[in-house]
Amino acid sequence: MLRTEEMLLNVGPQHPSTHGVLRLVVKIDGEIIQDAEPVIGYLHRGTEKLAEDLNYTQIIPYTDRMDYLSAMTNNYAICHATETLMELEIPERAEFLRVIVMELNRVASHLVWLGTYLLDIGAMSPFLYCFRDREQILNLFNELCGARLTYNYMRVGGVKWDAPPGWLDKVKEFVKYMRNQMPEYHGLISGNEIFIQRTRGIGIVTQEMAISYGLSGANLRCTGVKWDLRKNQPYSIYDRFDFDVPVGKTGDLYDKYHCRMQEIIESLKIVEQAVEGFPEGGSTMAKVPRVLRVPEGEVYVGIESPRGELGCHIVSKGKDKPWRLKFRRPSFYNLQILPALLKGQNIANLVAILGGIDIVLGEVDC
Amino acid sequence: MSGQEKEFEKKSTEGKELEQEEKKQTESRSERFPNVPSSSEQSTAEEHKPETRLSIANQESSSNSTDQQQTSINPKKETTPPSGELKQENKEVLPKGPQAAITGKGKPSATPRPRPAAKPVKEEKPLPPSPEQPTLDRYVQLIREQVHEEAVEQGFVNRVNNHLPTLIIQSKWWLAVAELFKKHPDLAFDYVQNYSGVDYETHMEVVIHLYSFTHEKRVCFRIKTDREEARVPSVVHLWHAANWNEREIYDLLGIHFENHPDLKRILLPDHWVGHPLRKDYVPLDKEV
Repeated sequence: MLRTEEMLLNVGPQHPSTHGVLRLVVKIDGEIIQDAEPVIGYLHRGTEKLAEDLNYTQIIPYTDRMDYLSAMTNNYAICHATETLMELEIPERAEFLRVIVMELNRVASHLVWLGTYLLDIGAMSPFLYCFRDREQILNLFNELCGARLTYNYMRVGGVKWDAPPGWLDKVKEFVKYMRNQMPEYHGLISGNEIFIQRTRGIGIVTQEMAISYGLSGANLRCTGVKWDLRKNQPYSIYDRFDFDVPVGKTGDLYDKYHCRMQEIIESLKIVEQAVEGFPEGGSTMAKVPRVLRVPEGEVYVGIESPRGELGCHIVSKGKDKPWRLKFRRPSFYNLQILPALLKGQNIANLVAILGGIDIVLGEVDC
Repeated sequence: MSGQEKEFEKKSTEGKELEQEEKKQTESRSERFPNVPSSSEQSTAEEHKPETRLSIANQESSSNSTDQQQTSINPKKETTPPSGELKQENKEVLPKGPQAAITGKGKPSATPRPRPAAKPVKEEKPLPPSPEQPTLDRYVQLIREQVHEEAVEQGFVNRVNNHLPTLIIQSKWWLAVAELFKKHPDLAFDYVQNYSGVDYETHMEVVIHLYSFTHEKRVCFRIKTDREEARVPSVVHLWHAANWNEREIYDLLGIHFENHPDLKRILLPDHWVGHPLRKDYVPLDKEV
């Protein structure tokens, strides 16, 4: 038996596999992690404080910068909460456009996760494939709203831009294309011996733990809890589409991978149905006053972002600015479980487990 | 056709509101030199909601009043709107630019009249009982029986928010209520959906939205606490998710969570002074 002694290891905040500016203070004994403490806040910009001095439309671009991998869902969270409080009805065309862009964004976000995750655990080539396909989605968004990452696309009451001519056909084509790509990904990754060795049975989360820590998204579903806000607390027009909620069994990293891959397929299904049933003509904006005065009250709504439950809690005092705005950021909740997962693991599994959670630091720090 | 007219009418009134808003702002800007922030004055002027409603109604009823009136406004308009005849006379003398151009039709005086009348009626309408009312009653009853008779300060159904049962609780009863809602088999709220805090200036509130996977129910608790000595019992031992959230609320709002295992700042650096989301927080550099 070799003599080992405890040491403190600092990981980050500048480290490629912490996916941003996360710092981990890890206590290791030999190669075994005894304790780990995430240190966050390096990207804190005070969005919630800034929002108190902005009117509701001005807040929307700030939400783009929270979860910058899926800005569309962030846009939707604030718009949806405001609309709920104002009891606005959204035109059909706008709802369809919103669903299409949100689901495409989910696919794009999962592709980034897939690429970077595999890069973390040592596979170089999937990253290139993933970014190649994600690029197509970004091009579609670029055509729709003129931005590749920070879209600022939605407004309270609808969306800013209508689909340009021929855009929907391109979306349709992309769905077909992406479907054909999926076997390639599975062929490349799913059966890969090294990948299976690195992920199966690692970082297991139990159902009780997941619920107690408030996990959501694929992190919760991989444990077998069928919880998807699009189904369980339906918003927008998701109740009109036919799709499944993929769940895992064991709650290990491989299940997370599997859930997310299935979710890409389900999202494509929704996009396809939305393009099929896209309404002819009609407005993309509801009738809203130019100065938005949100009636006095309180509202909390959660939506299903690629990372989990993205909530928006608004306390309004009847002004054009929110009295208090709070975002429930899924990454913030999901990251909390990391120390519990790392305890007793080999140091080599650190990046694998951290990557499996799929955090975006812009969202954690807000 | 008439519907469209109404919409146009609405737009033009909104435009006026905007104008007034701008005027208000320019007025307040000129007063800005004294150190008192003008926004607070504005907010006190608008503090009482019924009054603002009234003034809005007034604006609407006088939507076809003259430009003179528009220019001579003071933001808090409680003077009675001019009589209909006067309005029409003035109308002929001073045709109003934007409105006439938009509507194009000759009878703007007839359209706005029903609008102010319609609004109050809408509010007075008795609402049907909420489908969640029995759930709320049951929660209140359970708390009264098992915690304390006076533990629930107020309970209501938040209709706008998908009929969410909401309970306002004093912080001294919160721990017992939380334990009841986590452990009671008929409640079993095991999932924290949201955990945040609000500074109401008169008091502080911690807001927690819970979900029960077993019973598929949602509930919202608002825990009231004193502003100067904000203290709320920690619930980390019930829900792990509370840990970082309580640290965040402590960091940004300065609410102290009793018996929290590791209560320290989480987003801001440890040497930071003050709690930014408090309404009386003064930023070090106002330009930022």
